[in-house]
Formats: sequence, structure tokens, C-alpha cells
Amino acid sequence: MIKRSPLLKIKNLKKYYRVTAGLIPRPLGEIKAVDGVSLDIIEGEVLGLVGESGCGKSTLGKAILRLEEPTGGEITFQGTDVLSLNRKELRIFRGQIQIVFQDPDSSLDPRMTVGDSIGEALIVHGIRDAHERSQRVARLMEKVGLEADFMERYPHEFSGGQRQRIGIARALAMNPRLIIADEPVSALDVSVQAQILNLMMDIKDDDGLAYMFVSHDLAVVKYIADRVAVMYMGQIVELTDKAELFQNPLHPYTEALLSAVAGLRPGGGGRILLNGDVPSPLNPPDGCRFHTRCHRVMDICPKAEPQFREIVPGHYAACHLFP
Amino acid sequence: MNTILEVSNLKTWFYTRRGIVKAVNGVDFDLSQGECLCLVGESGCGKSVTALSLLRLFDSPPGRIVSGEVMYDGIDLTNCPVERIRQVRGKEIAMVFQNAQSALNPVFTIGDQIMEQIDAHGRYSRAEARKKALLLLDEMNIPQADNALNMYPHQMSGGMKQRAMIAMSLSCNPAILIADEPTTAVDVTIRAQIMFILQELKTRRNMSIIFITHDLSLVREIGDRAAVIYGGKVVEIAPVETILTNPSHPYTRGLIACLPDISTDLKRLPSIPGNTPNPIDLPAGCTFHPRCKDVMDVCRSNEPVFVNISGVQRVACHLYDNAGAYRA
Repeated sequence: MIKRSPLLKIKNLKKYYRVTAGLIPRPLGEIKAVDGVSLDIIEGEVLGLVGESGCGKSTLGKAILRLEEPTGGEITFQGTDVLSLNRKELRIFRGQIQIVFQDPDSSLDPRMTVGDSIGEALIVHGIRDAHERSQRVARLMEKVGLEADFMERYPHEFSGGQRQRIGIARALAMNPRLIIADEPVSALDVSVQAQILNLMMDIKDDDGLAYMFVSHDLAVVKYIADRVAVMYMGQIVELTDKAELFQNPLHPYTEALLSAVAGLRPGGGGRILLNGDVPSPLNPPDGCRFHTRCHRVMDICPKAEPQFREIVPGHYAACHLFP
Repeated sequence: MNTILEVSNLKTWFYTRRGIVKAVNGVDFDLSQGECLCLVGESGCGKSVTALSLLRLFDSPPGRIVSGEVMYDGIDLTNCPVERIRQVRGKEIAMVFQNAQSALNPVFTIGDQIMEQIDAHGRYSRAEARKKALLLLDEMNIPQADNALNMYPHQMSGGMKQRAMIAMSLSCNPAILIADEPTTAVDVTIRAQIMFILQELKTRRNMSIIFITHDLSLVREIGDRAAVIYGGKVVEIAPVETILTNPSHPYTRGLIACLPDISTDLKRLPSIPGNTPNPIDLPAGCTFHPRCKDVMDVCRSNEPVFVNISGVQRVACHLYDNAGAYRA
């Protein structure tokens, strides 16, 4: 891969939620949804972010855009310190990074025509002339494989796959440099999923976009990503190139995830069955957060938190197996 | 192997204000003792309504079985008296639903809910029923089963709830277990645990399983045979290995090709154009013809019939003549 400059740099990003209970709220503790995540996204690359539900992968995506205000850490986008932006600057910044949500059903306003939905961002960003706007919307719709005539229709008149195309057109309206795609194909049928994945790849190649592609599906990530980060309980446990991750996973959690996705072709190693469920994020295990389920647990794991570091060049992991 | 369930030309339609939803529109399959048959299809293809129809569990009205039969143990479940099908439900054919959260009653403990089913189909004292429930939870690898009996659904994790529901469905030792997307709502590592349990059940109890899924990789894991459903109909049925290595229906081929697979590297995914059909307005002829790349004139007007293309593989497609030979 050609080394390019990082578009987005995240350092030690944290997002904690205070949890209360009862009629007169009494604090129960904090949920550390994102707890010290550091990563870079390079221009034009697709970074896959994989993890199970509740691991904090969606929160991380939203925290980057400050849709969820981070509790701590640093976000730098093309040299700009994102966390110090004021409201007005933030609005301009958000044109550079856009988000595509999992469920196009709930992210599109049912009472707006899709043309208005796509064009809304253009108004916010100062394109007031209706004629120009409608031309831009038509171009965007054609770009995502929809007929421009559909502009006057409402979301319910479209299928799930078409609605996701509208969601993508909406994200593209501001010519962003980075799109955070939060499970964009999880709600779609497999036969439609392939269409959307191909569309996203085409757009990336045409416009030189970067994606942060959040998904729980390793097979999808393997198809679309250049690099993959694996997340567990708010932390990145492994990060490396796609090929390296799938051939040579270092972290036992990654190993278990890979073994759980059998694939269609016969062969492959035995399945690793993890013990139990993901622990409560209110009360994460001491030491390595994965030790309660790990099939390679050692004496040190409950005692000390492993450092996230480069094990072999370009391959990062946080595990005591690699001291 | 002896057949224990035979479904032929089953049609379940829903009469709504907007028209007739032909959710199940002529489904045929059979199930043998100890076999796991997978019903595979995309959302809205009718696979879940097929399962519900077997036990007449859909809402009626608006739903109605308009034709076909479901033969089990010498009776036709589509028109036997309600009292009879009540004995079958849960006791002889049990069902596990996709979303354990909504299938379990939030105001009763797991133990109460399992014991309720044991009570409904047999005469047991409370202590006996409790003991049975305990054993079942144990079998499901639920840690501290006696503790779990007293838990309410909200106190359990998603994976535990799903396992508790499987335990419940097994409480009367049914001959057939229908599992409707039992792993769709859970994470991959939990999915691995549930699949492991189901495989165990199949071998240990020699149970027949109807496994409904949209995920072909699960089919490979658990299925003996698979029936691919499209537009309310079975379009292809064959042993799993045959379906995966030598699919004959263009839809099956497309479905397998467009799935990103962990064991391959592809630069570009093949895809099936268009969308799944709306069951309120199914295309004429073969329901797949608007999306089929091998479409012929005959496909637009005539519905294909099932033909045998080998002893074990049946397909409904005009590409094959009545003798099952491929028309080049």
C-alpha cells in the first residue's frame, strides 16, 4: 500500500456515559463505551471497524463527528483540532465527514421527498438557488444508481436497498473526504447487500474517498476494507492490514471471531467457542477485559491491562501473549 | 429414512385492504426423521410464514391457508380440529423464534415459563417439573441453572435468553424442532454457541430440525438438505453440499455468488439486480424472471414446475426440461 498522509487522527478518544437509576437519579457508575481509542485513517483508504454489539463501534463513529460529545482525547482532521471547533466551525467541518446509518428507514424523514432530503444538506451549506440544487440532487441520484425522476417521491415508495442508496447520496452531497458508514448493509438482504457494497467501492474509486466501515460482519469487512480494527468493550484490541489480519490474527478474540464465521467453502480449522457473554460494560473485568472469555488466558491477564502496541511492523495488538 | 412431515402445495394468503398478500404460494417439501432441513431465503420470501403455517400460528384473519396440506403422523395439520393441533404444538412440533426478547414473557421467571409448558402437556408435580426444567437448562450449558430458573428475561443476556427458549421448546421432547432464525439477533460469538447446541441436539436426540435462515454459511454448518425459497415458493431443494457446490436455479446461483465469503478474495462482488418481489404483487410466470439473467420468453408467462434433475436435487426453472435435462 502506498503511504499517504493521515486524513483523520484519533488519540486516546474516550466517551463515557453516566448511568443513573431510580426516580431520584442516583449514580450507578459509568459506561465506558469508548475507552482510549487511538487510530488513523489514511486518505482514500477503507478502515473496517469490527466488533460485537455494544462494543462501542457505533459510538466511536458518532464521537468522531461530535454527534456524541467525546469525554476526552484528541481528534485531528487534516490538521484541524476537531474538539476545539465552535458551533459554526463544526457545521462546516461536518461537510467533510459524513455518516451513513444502518437503517435508512429511520434516518430519512418520511414526510420529505427524497429530493428534499438529499438537498437539505446543500441548503445548510449555502446553496440556496433551487434550480442549481435540483441539478446537483439529480446528479447525486444518478451517481448512486437511482433515476433522477424519483426526486419527488417519498421514502416509503422505495425498497430497503434503494433507501440505502438515498442515504449514501445524502452523505455525498457535500463532497466529503471521509464517510463513516455505520453498518450500512446489515439491514439489507444478501442479494441487495452486494449491490450496495459495489456501489460504495465505485464511489470510493471515483472520488478518492476514505471510509470508516463499521460492521459486525467479518465477511463484508474482508471484502471492502484495506485495514481492519477489532474492537472489544470500548477498546481496539487489534489493528492491521486486512490480509494480515485474516491470515495471521494475533489477538485471541480476533481468532475466535474468525473461527465463528465459517464461510461457505469447506475446510478451515476448528471452531473456538468462547465462554459466556460479553461482560457488563458497567463493571468491566480487571486487567485485560477479554480475560473472562479468553481461551488462552494466563495468570497475568486478570491483573494487568495489556498495552496496545506494534507486535510486528504494521500489526498492532493488545494482548499479554505478546510481551 | 422415513418421512415424518410432508408439506405439499401449501398456500397461505393474507387478505388485506391493499390486496391479497401471497406470502406462501405453493410450498413443497418433506422432512425425514433425524434430518435437518434448512429453509433459506431473503426477507419477505415467505420462509417464516411457512413455518408458522405448519402449526397454524399466523393471525387468522387476515391469514388463511387457501390450499395444500401438511401431513404429520397421519393427520393433515391444515384442517384438523384446533384441539388436535394444540396437542401437536409444543409437544410434537416445537418452535424457537428469532427474537427471544419478545417471545418470552417479561413478567414471569424463566423457570415458570418452562414449567408452564411442561404442565400443559403432561401431569407432573411442581417439584418434578422444576427438576425437568433444571435439566433442560443444564443441557443448554446455562451456568448455575438453578439460579437461572428464578431469573426474569431482562436479567439474562441475549444469548442466555435464546438458550432458555430452546430449553423451553425441548421441554416436551418434540419430534420436530422448528428454529426460525434463532441466531439472527445475537452476536457471532454467541451464534457459535447456539449453533453448537443445535448440532448437539441433532446428534444426541436424533431430532428432526427445520432451520430457517437467510445465511448460507449456517446452512453449510447444520443442514442436511436445503430448500431455497423465493416469492413464496421452493425453487430448489437438494442436499446442502449439492446446493453449495452445484446450484441449479439461477437464483440459488446468484445468492451464493453475491455473498461475501471469508475464505475467498474478490475484487468485485457479483450481484443480483433489482429487489425481492412484493408478495402483494408477484410477477407473472416465474417470480424470479425480472431479475434472472437467463430469462427466456416462457419465463414471463408460465410458472415452472418442479423437476428432478438428479435423484436428490429438484428445481423449479424453465432452464430444465421435464426430464430434468439442461436446455442449453
